[in-house]
Amino acid sequence: MSAAQRRDLRDGLLFTSPFIFGVLALWVGPMLYSIFLILHKWNMLAPPKFIGTGHFERMLNDPLVGKSLVNTAYYTFIGVPLQLVVAFALAVMLNQQIRGLSIYRTVYYLPSITPAVAFAVVWVQILNPEFGVLNEVLHWFGLGPINWLFEPAWAKPALIIMSLWLTGFQMIIFLAGLQGVPQELQEAAEIDGANAWRRFLNVTIPIISPIIFFNMIIGIIASFQVFTTVFIMTDGGPQNATLFMVLYIYRNAFELFRMGYAASLAWILFLIIMAFTAIQFFFANRWVYYEGRL
Amino acid sequence: MMIALGLTFLMPLAWVVSTSLKLPGQVFITPIEWIPTEPKWDNYFEVFRRLPFHLFIRNSFFVSIMGTIGMVLSSLTVAYGLSRLRWPGRDFVFTVLLATMMLPAVVTMIPVFIIFKEINWVGTFYPLWVPAWFGAAFYIFLMRQYMLTLPLELDEAAKIDGASNFRILWQVITPLCGPAVATITIFAFLQHYNAFMEPLIYISKSEMYTLPLGLLWFKGRFGNFWHLVMAASMITILPVILLFFFAQRQFVQGAQFTGLAGR
Repeated sequence: MSAAQRRDLRDGLLFTSPFIFGVLALWVGPMLYSIFLILHKWNMLAPPKFIGTGHFERMLNDPLVGKSLVNTAYYTFIGVPLQLVVAFALAVMLNQQIRGLSIYRTVYYLPSITPAVAFAVVWVQILNPEFGVLNEVLHWFGLGPINWLFEPAWAKPALIIMSLWLTGFQMIIFLAGLQGVPQELQEAAEIDGANAWRRFLNVTIPIISPIIFFNMIIGIIASFQVFTTVFIMTDGGPQNATLFMVLYIYRNAFELFRMGYAASLAWILFLIIMAFTAIQFFFANRWVYYEGRL
Repeated sequence: MMIALGLTFLMPLAWVVSTSLKLPGQVFITPIEWIPTEPKWDNYFEVFRRLPFHLFIRNSFFVSIMGTIGMVLSSLTVAYGLSRLRWPGRDFVFTVLLATMMLPAVVTMIPVFIIFKEINWVGTFYPLWVPAWFGAAFYIFLMRQYMLTLPLELDEAAKIDGASNFRILWQVITPLCGPAVATITIFAFLQHYNAFMEPLIYISKSEMYTLPLGLLWFKGRFGNFWHLVMAASMITILPVILLFFFAQRQFVQGAQFTGLAGR
């Protein structure tokens, strides 16, 4: 290795060293450490006690594990597609030549950047069965009243409705994508006799499919790990209808001090999310169109 | 229809503002009175009289600013190493970076807590902002993509003049990275300002609460006084709204960068 190459290597490692250290200290180390935790029973007071696969046997007999998995899956697989549809629809609307574009953009975007505690507190009131605005609106149409957060069957839909209000960030990403669809392609399709709907399906959608894919991946990863809103709004209730995985992990770790059990649950969730991410990447080349990288 | 939809999205926020200016008796009157006849600004002062919100604001800003500085500096440095320098192992580090972007953080929550407890950082602000100084994959990635658009001749010219890599980064490259720095500044600030789980896990003394924890505490103690809870919520939200209005362009630009990241 020449002196110049050595210097390059040294500088490369030097400049990336914060990240390399961060990955080792905050990812690799903790993940290895959590394998130790999985194999031990530990309440952080008494010394850790080795129990082998005991945590996994315990999971099989813990009805709340299954319950929280089903709840999380429900929230993710119903919530994320709806979020994508709403975000996409808003973006398509904003992509027309409309007046006051920046005002609408602000209005749709703002909710997604407000602190979760603040909007969660507000939504508890909006969903209030007696005084809430949502039931008042339903009342105009002769519907309701619905007990939203107080009824097991409605609590998850209520949280999903709220999540639709928070899709502004995804909308902006879609909007940026839509604005990048080349005008020439649209015009070429029009000359070939494609109507607006066909142009949308066969030109717009394929061109922005990488962005749909991106929003979907990020959306599913985030949705599987939903915590703050449920912690504040329902704390898992009513009757554990909104007990999601991360909330259950949090309770085990920081309220019941079952560090080993909580770490085991976290690993299960981790593997589930990784599996779904991998599946999506596997199917991506069937529908995601990557512009021929020239 | 656009207007109706816009109003629907605006409604929760409008409700916060209007409730925060009402008398207790007016809160649950239906139909809702959207614009209180006599706005009661004193509700906002009342919030400060009941709980030390000035401390929560100070704590939130301290953590957010420290975290943001760390995130910007680490992104610039690491992105420079990944985009402007050629060295064996670079592609490997970049692959690791892409991988960590998609790793769910939940798996490290408990071991990281125990590590911070071992080094006596639980109960301090360090766990909330120090990790940012090691960079976050997503921000480094954004910065790298941006740096790749700058011509390499810049570096070469500076190198011929005898500048070291440090000088090239700070005096040649960084001044040209304005848009990416602005984007990362805003997103990193929001991320730290809005953070909930980290303060919840690491902070226990009430005078060290950040705004989200303070607001939750306020709601727990004065939950029946909705006009005050809404005023407290508004105090928490207001900095975000102000930030948005002052930096609207950077917000939109940031989302566009993000979208490009998906390509």
